[in-house]
Amino acid sequence: MNPIDELFIRLKTAGRKAFIPFLTAGDPDLAGTAHLLRESARRGASLIEIGFPYSDPIADGSVIQASYTRALNKGVTVDAIFAMIKAYRDKARQLKENDVPLVAMVSYSIVHYRGVERFILDAKSAGFSGAIVPDLPVDEADELARLAGKHDFKLIMLVTPTTPRERAMRIARLSTGFLYCVSVVGITGERSQLPPDLLESLAWLRTQTALPMCVGFGISTPDHVRVLRDSADGVIVGSAIVRKLGAAKPIDEIAKDVGDLVMQLMDALQV
Amino acid sequence: MQNTSASVPDIHGRFGPYGGRYVPETLMFALRQLTEHYKAAQQDPEFQKQLDYYLRYYVGRPSQLYFAERLTKEAGGARIYLKREDLNHTGAHKINNCLGQALLCKRMGKPRIIAETGAGQHGVATATAAALFGFQCQVYMGEEDVRRQKLNVFKMRAMGAEVVSVTSGSRTLRDAINEAMRDWMASVENTHYIIGSVVGPHPFPMMVRDFQSVIGAETKRQCHEQIGRLPDVVIACVGGGSNAAGMFYPFVGDTSVELIGVEAGGRGAKEGEHASTLSHGKPGVLHGSMSYVLQSGDGQTANVHSVSAGLDYPGVGPEHSYWKDAKRVHYTSVNDDDALKAFSLCSRLEGILPALETSHAIVEAMRVAAKRSHEDVVVVCFSGRGDKDCFEVARLMGEDIEE
Repeated sequence: MNPIDELFIRLKTAGRKAFIPFLTAGDPDLAGTAHLLRESARRGASLIEIGFPYSDPIADGSVIQASYTRALNKGVTVDAIFAMIKAYRDKARQLKENDVPLVAMVSYSIVHYRGVERFILDAKSAGFSGAIVPDLPVDEADELARLAGKHDFKLIMLVTPTTPRERAMRIARLSTGFLYCVSVVGITGERSQLPPDLLESLAWLRTQTALPMCVGFGISTPDHVRVLRDSADGVIVGSAIVRKLGAAKPIDEIAKDVGDLVMQLMDALQV
Repeated sequence: MQNTSASVPDIHGRFGPYGGRYVPETLMFALRQLTEHYKAAQQDPEFQKQLDYYLRYYVGRPSQLYFAERLTKEAGGARIYLKREDLNHTGAHKINNCLGQALLCKRMGKPRIIAETGAGQHGVATATAAALFGFQCQVYMGEEDVRRQKLNVFKMRAMGAEVVSVTSGSRTLRDAINEAMRDWMASVENTHYIIGSVVGPHPFPMMVRDFQSVIGAETKRQCHEQIGRLPDVVIACVGGGSNAAGMFYPFVGDTSVELIGVEAGGRGAKEGEHASTLSHGKPGVLHGSMSYVLQSGDGQTANVHSVSAGLDYPGVGPEHSYWKDAKRVHYTSVNDDDALKAFSLCSRLEGILPALETSHAIVEAMRVAAKRSHEDVVVVCFSGRGDKDCFEVARLMGEDIEE
């Protein structure tokens, strides 16, 4: 069984929610990312999203873009990311550490350049269980969905507040692993408040799909998390964590900051 | 050669394998809405009437088709005609598209317009249209370009637009587009994004082409009036490719007419030294559509260079990719030095300062004309005037004209 399916079954049985932090591969550097992965897993992350740095990330806000730019300036490549993930997974298994599922957050430009099937196979053999391709809407996703299905690789699709209901149903049908529910209109990045009709649209989506539903974009505080915990199966936190990666500090201190935030948000998530 | 004309794009915005919509889900709503409004506007004679009115009385269309006698003599072959888009209000073809989209924005009832700009021509044209119709206007411009193009920044601000300096990524046109798209994702309810070229997700490549097609349609009519037949060769420069798309599109079905697109050859064929997307790139995804793109390893967008800011773009409109593969348009490139020479040549021989973008097309026109007989006619899309480039050209010639 795909580790993402296993995870959500396990969480459901335990009555718990998924906490999904986002890390940029290669920020502050690849060794640092491996360190942060280990720390996030140790502090209770359920699943980790790994962002593949891309030169033109239109869905992302300034915090994640700046992080991507830092990583690219250090020369991070897709091959190097896969190698780092593979090494991390091998070591985690060896040490019998908490081995959480990993999902790639990757622009279609990168997937297309490598070749769709080759990307899936390489990602899977590195240890990814699925991918989110934020600039590939359902209309263009048939090929990727078909090949992902063939290789038991999850393709997690996004539903946004501007998605009409019929289209949301179509997206939910194509999505696998879980459904990524975008909380706000706009790009990634912290917000002071979540939109008021979010809970209502989550409740409606719940009646339409059996997939786990995880909410992301703009979530940064324990209060946000508490608002969402009864309506969602998990939350995704990106910018609030990535903001810490750019700090001019030793990696141990960055890892502690990230770990503390993961734990704080993780605690707020559990009833 | 396959017939390439009227059938593209299909309803999914596909020009063969190119085009489409590679954008975040949040933008899909706006793109669908825009497509519907555009379709309705196209079928509404009142909309076309309004656009024609502004194109005639505000822009000054039709722009002239001018026989360039001395350039013709210099080349010593075919007759060279210039389609004078430089005579439009704001000095380039960009205004054709901006007025069309601004009228569409008015129709959609949105009070705010955003745009990206590289050198500032599209920004100025957008600010102009926004002032004309009373829209709030924000123009995204790379930090480097804001510094280099002070005059255009001043013009935009004078017309009431806010110029936002973009400091992310490479701080150039590419990032200005990214930033404008991000703005649009969060503001789709009250904002229209006027993209400046035949790039981006569907329906932009189709819509911008349509609004620019007035260039080719007029040229065709003027050729019949002045030479009594179609031209033999039509040449235009290609950055994103909007003046070329507008010039070529009405001629695509006329297979006797040879179409040539000229990209920026920059300083050479090495990555980072040029912006010849169709000559050196390969199919990929950038800014919401599938098209030829200049990428370095992994699918990251490559750095590009051209002396001409308007051609300095790592992508190209999807319809150009389609025309290239169908061999309907031949794409070539011209380097910085030759373009600079053509800037001087055209200025001296015709008393017309071409934009550096246009200068690329002039180089190719001289080459092609030299190989043909005097019976033949070569039309160049004279996409813009060179005023904006005077500081840069003077700098490259070692003259200081800044105060």
